[in-house]
Amino acid sequence: MKKNIYYFVLILITVFVFTLLYKAIFQNNSYIPSSKINKKINGFSASTLFLDNKINIKDLIPKKKITIINIWASWCAPCRNEHEYLMKLKEHPNIVLIGLNYKDKPSKAKLFINDFGNPFSTILKDPKGIISIEIGAYGVPETYILDDNLILKKKFIGELTFKNFEEIIEMANR
Amino acid sequence: MVINQIGNYSLILGLILSIYLIIYLFLGIYGVAKNNLNNIYSILFLQLFSVLVSFFSLVYSFVVSDFTNETVYNNSHTTKPLFYKISGTWGNHEGSLLLWLLVLTLFIFLFLIYSKKQPKNYRLNTIVFQQIIILGFFLFVLFTSNPFNYLFPEPIEGLGLNPILQDPALAIHPPILYFGYVGSSIIFSASLSALVSKNINSSWANHIKKWVLLSWIFLTFGIMLGSIWAYYELGWGGFWFWDPVENVSLMPWFCLTALLHSISVLEKRLILKSWTLILSIATFSLSMSGTFLVRSGILNSVHTFANDPERGVFILIFLFILIFISILIFFFFETNEKISENKIYWLSKETFILINNWFMVFFLSVVLIGTTYPIFLEVLTDDKISVGPPFYQKLLVPFLIPFLFFMAIGPNLKWIKNDFKKINIKKILLLIFICFIAIFFIKELSINNLFIIVLIFSCFYLFISSLSDLIYKNKNLSQNISHFAFSILILSIIFNGILSKEYSGNMKVGDEVNFNSNIIKFKKIETFDKKNYKSIIATFEIEDKKKQITLLKPEIRAYNQPKTLTSEADIKTNFFEDKFLVFSILNKDNIFNVRYQVKPFMIWIWLSTFLLIFGGLIRFTKIK
Repeated sequence: MKKNIYYFVLILITVFVFTLLYKAIFQNNSYIPSSKINKKINGFSASTLFLDNKINIKDLIPKKKITIINIWASWCAPCRNEHEYLMKLKEHPNIVLIGLNYKDKPSKAKLFINDFGNPFSTILKDPKGIISIEIGAYGVPETYILDDNLILKKKFIGELTFKNFEEIIEMANR
Repeated sequence: MVINQIGNYSLILGLILSIYLIIYLFLGIYGVAKNNLNNIYSILFLQLFSVLVSFFSLVYSFVVSDFTNETVYNNSHTTKPLFYKISGTWGNHEGSLLLWLLVLTLFIFLFLIYSKKQPKNYRLNTIVFQQIIILGFFLFVLFTSNPFNYLFPEPIEGLGLNPILQDPALAIHPPILYFGYVGSSIIFSASLSALVSKNINSSWANHIKKWVLLSWIFLTFGIMLGSIWAYYELGWGGFWFWDPVENVSLMPWFCLTALLHSISVLEKRLILKSWTLILSIATFSLSMSGTFLVRSGILNSVHTFANDPERGVFILIFLFILIFISILIFFFFETNEKISENKIYWLSKETFILINNWFMVFFLSVVLIGTTYPIFLEVLTDDKISVGPPFYQKLLVPFLIPFLFFMAIGPNLKWIKNDFKKINIKKILLLIFICFIAIFFIKELSINNLFIIVLIFSCFYLFISSLSDLIYKNKNLSQNISHFAFSILILSIIFNGILSKEYSGNMKVGDEVNFNSNIIKFKKIETFDKKNYKSIIATFEIEDKKKQITLLKPEIRAYNQPKTLTSEADIKTNFFEDKFLVFSILNKDNIFNVRYQVKPFMIWIWLSTFLLIFGGLIRFTKIK
């Protein structure tokens, strides 16, 4: 009898530890330096994907709208998943989307856009990945929300989720 | 591309073999079919071979930079040197798991070969338990972290291996550590199997001791390599930081060290059966928890692999299934040791080993609490805390004192019962002699912390007594070497801790600073272009009291792929101290942050750990 109680308590403790660790896994601990939020991003110029003419980012930002810069590549699998959200965001009247094509072959990037649709008003090329790094990206995909003064309002690292999508819509409605 | 497919399918073959073997063995154990050992040999060999093929196809993909493979794309780059292309294979989550699998299948094959003297039933049961673990890993690799994921269209260039991982010590650190972890899985399976097949006796203890020693050697070596890497590459200016991931490798080490001693008691006296089995199970569970904590992204540290909750959930469930299996087996098969057998005389070797086992478990608990408490607290209350070195130092250091005394006295006692009168005058004289040495040291170094004084004293006691054993007694050479090495290790850690000095400040070229009666001169700065990074090398001169000059050339490397800056410390080592200098770029022009440290007895920490491992090796070769 004593033995049974002993084992019962042991199993209870094990279950308790399991639950705690299980919850811990889903606790978000990705860390985005808050110092970069609400600061102006570095301006840059780049060639566009389709016309190959050089454009400065400042000329692409409209007044009284929010601008989304999405860093993507044709070879990046999560970019495909978030593409449907970008297509929906495109339809919002207060949002302008700019694509930054990261380390890609132009032919493959064009193929990608033909296959999945083009959510972007302009696509800029970043063949060496330098622009992306200078505006503070760690990898693809990343999504930056800017106001009309090039000030970074919000930054999403990795694939956009439905929750992120709703958050962006809310920002655009304000 | 074809190679990629081969790798993938041979992994699947391995998985199928694992399932087949479990069913086949179960049928055999319950008498439905007859198990033919030769068949099992061939199946195990085939499984090992398929994992080997899979592993080498991944290595091949890394070597030829095949970017249609997602793992290669994420972790390699064409400009990387060949050596790091190969070591990149296991420098990432997917590849390292494949390595785990390889070692798992290799070890069970070796186990079967080297367990011929044991009963057949026990051997078969061990294979079942081990195959359950292997099956878990196969499923984990194939479903959550397949190293052969296909990417289309093929990217032009890979993302590159994290530059801090591009270091020779680190290239071999993970495999060595895995050998230790996986070795503990054999101990785990063998213990459960010994319980089930009632095979716990001296001969079993002797046979499993080989695996315990093997894992212990690899684990110790692996931890040391990690520590060397942290010191030379990360430039943190120390060898141990109580970083959660370091702790996670230290916990199984405590457990394994305790097991190493208790298994001898089991072998010689046939007592402490349950205790030994609990230690065996705990060692592997702790290794697995370590894997869980590192791979799930719960911990934030230099070791964190990509954060992916799915993986975490898988390992967590798997880990707890294994723990439940062991609890159940204990419940149904627990050995009832007769009380008369369990009598231990207070002054005997086994008492002292048991006491030190308890101390080991205490150290283990402290580290366990320090590592997991912040995680639990965050879940329960949302508070974020971090547990730092002072916690560990305050709790561990005082208990080292009795630990070291027991460690010094224990080996000279006899099994079963030691005659009290035989503790001779020599020992007492030795004690007094050591008192004088310790007092001399303490006066010289003007230490006034009581704990440290007593600790140094107890350390010297162990040092002298194991040294005299080493010289005058030919018995148990390996043990004397290891204990002697341990006393040097602790002594060098203490002196390193209390005598280290540091200067930290901003300097520009041409500056001179007085520090600890030395002069630090910042001479010049140069830049070079290397194959895959740009290097900035500074030259410093350290002039000591006798006008002797030491040149130090720390470096900053700007890697192009991925874009990262790393600081390479320059370290000048001699037998008494290390001079350590690292610099970093400040935003202001021409001004650099300089950190200069003098760290006494650094080299002795590595040397004594080597000696500790050497002791283990000697023991390993002596077991029949």
